Amino acid sequence: MAIGKVGGADYEPHGAGGDALLQRPAGYAGIASWLTTVDHKRLGILYILTSFMFMGFASIEAFLIRLQLLSPNNTLLSPDVYNQMFTMHGVTMVFLAIMPLGIGFANYMVPLQIGARDLAFPRLNAFGYWAYLAGGLFLYTSFFLGGAPDVGWFAYAPLTSLSNNPGLGTDFYMIGLFVGGIGTLVTAMNLIVTIVNMRAPGMTMMRVPVFTWLMLVTSFLIIFAFPPLTIALFQVIMDRSFGTLFYVPEAGAMPILWQHLFWIFGHPEVYIIILPAFGVISEIIPTFSRKPLFGYPVIILSGIFIGFMGFAVWTHHMFTTGLGPVVNTAFALTSFVIGIPTGVKVFNWLGTMWGGKIVFTTSMLYAVAFLVTFTLGGVTGIMLAVPPFDAQAQDSYFVVAHFHFVMGGGALLSFFAALFYWFPKMTGRMISERLGKISFWLLVPGFYVIFFPQHFLGLMGMPRRTQTYVEGIGLEIWNQVSTFGTFIMGAGMLLLAFAVLSAFRNGRPAGNDPWDGRTLEWSTTSPPPYYDFDRQPVVNDRDAHWVQKYPESVHGERVPESASLPYDAGGIHIPGASWYPFLAAVAMLPMSYGLLYNNWWVLGISLLGIVLATYGWALEGVGGKHIHIDHGGADHGRHREETDA
Amino acid sequence: MQVRRRLRRSLALAVLPPLAACDFGGPQSVLDPQGPIAQAQQDLFLWTYYLSWPVMILVVAVIAYSMWKFRAKSVEDAKALPHQTHGHTTLEIAWTLIPVVLVILVAVPTVRTLFATESTIAASQYTDDDVVIRATGYQWWFKFDYGDGVVTSSEMHIPVGRRVIVELDAADVLHSFWVPNLAGKRDMIPNQANQVWFSADRPGVFYGQCAELCLGAHAYMRFRVIASEEEDYRAWLASFRDAGATVQTVQADPQIERGRQLVAQKGCIACHTIDGYYADGTPVGGSEFPNLTNFGLRLTVATSMLDATPENVARWIRYPDAVKPGNRMPTLWTGDDPNAEEEVAAITAYLLSLGRDSGAATATLGETHGNR
Amino acid sequence: MSETIAPTATHGAAVLSARSTKLPDVKLMMWVFLASDCMFFGTLIGTYLVYNGRSLVGPGPLDVLDIPLTTVSTFVLLMSSFLMVLALHSLRQNDISKFRLWTFGVAFFGAIFLGFQIYEFRHFVELGMTLQGNLFGTTFYVLTGTHGVHVTIGVLWLLSILVHSYIHPWTSKDEVYLEVAGLYWHFVDIVWIVIFTVVYLVEFV
Ligand code: HEA
Ligand code: HEA
Ligand code: HEC
Ligand code: CUA
Ligand SMILES: [Cu+2]
Repeated sequence: MAIGKVGGADYEPHGAGGDALLQRPAGYAGIASWLTTVDHKRLGILYILTSFMFMGFASIEAFLIRLQLLSPNNTLLSPDVYNQMFTMHGVTMVFLAIMPLGIGFANYMVPLQIGARDLAFPRLNAFGYWAYLAGGLFLYTSFFLGGAPDVGWFAYAPLTSLSNNPGLGTDFYMIGLFVGGIGTLVTAMNLIVTIVNMRAPGMTMMRVPVFTWLMLVTSFLIIFAFPPLTIALFQVIMDRSFGTLFYVPEAGAMPILWQHLFWIFGHPEVYIIILPAFGVISEIIPTFSRKPLFGYPVIILSGIFIGFMGFAVWTHHMFTTGLGPVVNTAFALTSFVIGIPTGVKVFNWLGTMWGGKIVFTTSMLYAVAFLVTFTLGGVTGIMLAVPPFDAQAQDSYFVVAHFHFVMGGGALLSFFAALFYWFPKMTGRMISERLGKISFWLLVPGFYVIFFPQHFLGLMGMPRRTQTYVEGIGLEIWNQVSTFGTFIMGAGMLLLAFAVLSAFRNGRPAGNDPWDGRTLEWSTTSPPPYYDFDRQPVVNDRDAHWVQKYPESVHGERVPESASLPYDAGGIHIPGASWYPFLAAVAMLPMSYGLLYNNWWVLGISLLGIVLATYGWALEGVGGKHIHIDHGGADHGRHREETDA
Repeated sequence: MQVRRRLRRSLALAVLPPLAACDFGGPQSVLDPQGPIAQAQQDLFLWTYYLSWPVMILVVAVIAYSMWKFRAKSVEDAKALPHQTHGHTTLEIAWTLIPVVLVILVAVPTVRTLFATESTIAASQYTDDDVVIRATGYQWWFKFDYGDGVVTSSEMHIPVGRRVIVELDAADVLHSFWVPNLAGKRDMIPNQANQVWFSADRPGVFYGQCAELCLGAHAYMRFRVIASEEEDYRAWLASFRDAGATVQTVQADPQIERGRQLVAQKGCIACHTIDGYYADGTPVGGSEFPNLTNFGLRLTVATSMLDATPENVARWIRYPDAVKPGNRMPTLWTGDDPNAEEEVAAITAYLLSLGRDSGAATATLGETHGNR
Repeated sequence: MSETIAPTATHGAAVLSARSTKLPDVKLMMWVFLASDCMFFGTLIGTYLVYNGRSLVGPGPLDVLDIPLTTVSTFVLLMSSFLMVLALHSLRQNDISKFRLWTFGVAFFGAIFLGFQIYEFRHFVELGMTLQGNLFGTTFYVLTGTHGVHVTIGVLWLLSILVHSYIHPWTSKDEVYLEVAGLYWHFVDIVWIVIFTVVYLVEFV
């Protein structure tokens, strides 16, 4: 097949000459090519793999938590270790596993879905990933350096003050999240610019695929929600390292301020977690129902509305802090109102299934499990938003049950659905449906066995974050059931991991469009070539790829081949790989340790390193090269295997 | 009344048949309200719980029906595309209205109950009939101050039927005051005056627990609320008020007398207050440690982890860290101290004698204790 | 066939027509960043306001703040924004020497502002107001300090542009890069107006 000289060997990036301070690696092989990659697909894969790694850590922590709670007065974990376990479990799941998983899928899929070559700032994208990894690894080294954070994932002041918590754990939490948060922030900004500015010709905002749309909303949530958290973290870092008084009650500080700042971030954060999941579901259900998404505009609008409302409900986490009935009423009402757009979404997904031709792949099964589980978790969310009842449920296992239903049953299950859905696109291979389905039937029932009884535990008065519970008031049995469930779900997780890993090698070849998909990512090869599309896609309808295949079914019109121009005159631009984002992010590690141990030399030198890396980054330029693809020959198919010339 | 409540609770939670047999009540249960506040909170829960049934049934039913009815029977079947509908305005408006209606149904009783149960009572609105108690959270125990120098730890006594206003404070980090049978929790926050109020319908012993992570022994930071009839409560209060005067400085029982001397020798009273320890009223102990006045009237020891039997009290005094890991009471005997057993027994006997001679209170408390 | 291309600037301009909004990515990026930065400052200002008047010990704002002095430095910062406009205008006109002059002027004025701030901080410390002394000190220094860091970054950025304009001679084609720096600078300026009002002026009404 005639594709221009684009093979690895020919890849000769701009600026690779002797004048460059740091050689920009050429080619697509070797460790260096991964460390310096700016390709959104590779970064997407790195994100996804890293998230699963952290999810593994967090699962082990969850498992230990459950084992400890198997019986009252169990001594498997001491209170201290137990506190570290749930803190790290929560922090890891939220910040290092589920949220980056959404960002990882977005990294890979958003450019493909909108027909863009890459993200707007490929090197910044790389930086975002490495900063996330640096923050995560830094956090995990705490286990070896005197103990992990033990203050819970929302680290309420004044538990975090130096006098109440002299160990280093809290510093790890504050600095680790600070560094990781910077990565998340810049990636969100990057996604916004990409989605707003780099859509394929003809792709108006109302033709943007739902996953991409909801990632846009998510990214906006990130850029507005992370700053309050970042500042709050910064304040505690200042308190602990420089003796400021932000959260020192003895100096008149108000511990409640931290709660406000944290939850102004924290509630949007839960939507940052769930909106990508909604997006995934909005792709999967139509594909496997073989029908367009029911009420696309409403799904989009309700997504935006949820995004806005997400900033107006944070106090529902603070109903018991004594803000008074007026404040509680206001935030109860806003919280209820969020149920409306969410309900509309649920009903629209049901409407999509209705009258379809539903194909029950593993992916679809997970999506359906998501629907039921999320709705249940959402409904308990509404119950919690009732302040008088919340007074009883807050900080009890009822809350634990609620948020595992929405985060585990909502976000996690939908990302498993996404994994089965997009894995063929990302690797060119299918995950075994048989293993997938067995894992599903272990994982989801296991999930219910773990978390459904936790509602009862909460109602029977079991507080969360306690490594033991009162004997003889009925809590034993449900704790045992719950712990038992982790074995079932754990088996499902392990099987799923096995299915995925073996698919890398042995998976059946997928072909370009195994699910008969609707959106643009299915129009290129699986896996996509490093340049994504050999032509600039042109879009004249929603479900851009579907229209190409079945124009009559949606009264649409195929975009003629002639319209989908080759890339602009210069050819396809492939940005050059770069060391600087990696270096700038890695320099944040010594910076973090410097801050941790109050070693100002290390801190200063690493800050200097970051500044230098930034200059190197700015001066080296985008670089890269343009490639041309020869569209000659009789084969006008849009998906051509890349063969080396 | 009791039976109906239980019945309702069982019915309400009959999610799966086997669950109907389970009793979700208990001394720490939200579903066993023993006072109007907890009752209102439970009623609101049940209301939202009932409302959630139709929602879940609707969603699950539609999914189940679709899965059965609209399943692609074969590859061929899937290839025959279904009608590519994009939406349906009327339907979409309709199902926007469903949640709106639900929200209204939830919101109205919520707001009503909210103002009825959570309104702050200003100090100027306190009536003579109110019982006002100041509760302070320490790592890891609760202090209850009734005014007039009456201070207890870990056990809070209230009279049945009267409004109890608890003013909340925290000495170090956040804690939360929660007695599920009586009322939802309210956080104890340094530099912030919080308040919770409730009342008990009947005498009984209700479990309380700290519900905000406070590290260390957070899981063990428990307490009891003991609701008794008005006269018993008064007798109890009086025995505390009089404690300073009534405690005999020289006890008849030699073991008790030895214990009395030991608490000074071993340094217990460096931390703990025991009213009337010195005949001349010299105060002992510090306010940031549990007050052991009238300890003999206690039902429990070690923040309500153990019943206050002589064995348990002795165990606590001898090995506090084993009973309650992480707590801040020092272990005062080395592991091989030959005198430990005898000394601890004496101290225990002394502590358990405190307040015992104030008669009436102990007797009725003994009765209510079984009533959990 | 493969081909290499000229990096950066010209490239950015070349693909503009392919952008959905016809706006350069960098410019959008700056707007997005500034939106986010609003929240950063919003949080710090919020913290300041919440703790305003809650310090248990002195000195308080009325004891240390010196309105006339800070008015002067505020004025200098405002003027730098004016110069920024001139610099951009000159670059658009391809008047490179003027562009360099004005850009230097912006950085210079920014540096003067920083000088004022350093003086002010030292003076306050002499008056007994420290970072660790009371809540006012804590919130004041962190808020104004963060702003100072923003100004410092701006000054370094502008000086870098100045140097770069000699190494890789700038022309009006590079306008967008100055425009972006300008957006940042104006924003930092506006934030100062808010801080000045909230921290300094309101205290005295
Ligand atoms: C993915 C994450 C996620 C999501 C989506 C949600 C969704 C919601 N959450 Fe949840 N929540 C968390 C994650 C999430 N939550 C976490 C992590 C915590 C605990 C943090 C901690 O303390 O550690 C928490 C805690 C939490 C609390 C505080 C509990 C406490 O600590 O006391 C409250 C209280 O109001 C609440 C409410 C809600 C509401 C009203 C929604 C709504 O958005 C739900 C809307 C959805 C539906 C209602 C279902 C679908 C709707 C219909 C089918 C229509 C018809 C139904 C009705 C209108 C009733 N959540
Ligand atoms: C997306 C978020 C997410 C997810 C997916 C999960 C998943 C799980 N969580 Fe987590 N959880 C949180 C977020 C999440 N959690 C948060 C934010 C908190 C609050 C933390 C805080 O209070 O600060 C929390 C707290 C929390 C608690 C409360 C601790 C306490 O308050 O004391 C518990 C207790 O049961 C728990 C359990 C679990 C379990 C069993 C899973 C499982 O679903 C995970 C799946 C893993 C397994 C099922 C175990 C794997 C097992 C193996 C690998 C071995 C298997 C062995 C054999 C088969 C032989 N979690
Ligand atoms: C350094 C201070 C200190 C000394 C000395 C001390 N205690 Fe304590 N004691 C505490 C603290 C703190 C607690 C609360 C521990 C907790 O529950 O977390 C406590 C709790 C108790 C309790 C349980 C109170 C309750 O509410 O259940 C008893 C009984 C007790 N101490 C008896 C003694 C005796 C007897 C001695 C001497 C032999 C003694 N203490 C010496 C600090 C001290
Ligand atoms: Cu006190 Cu938990
Ligand atoms: Cu929330």
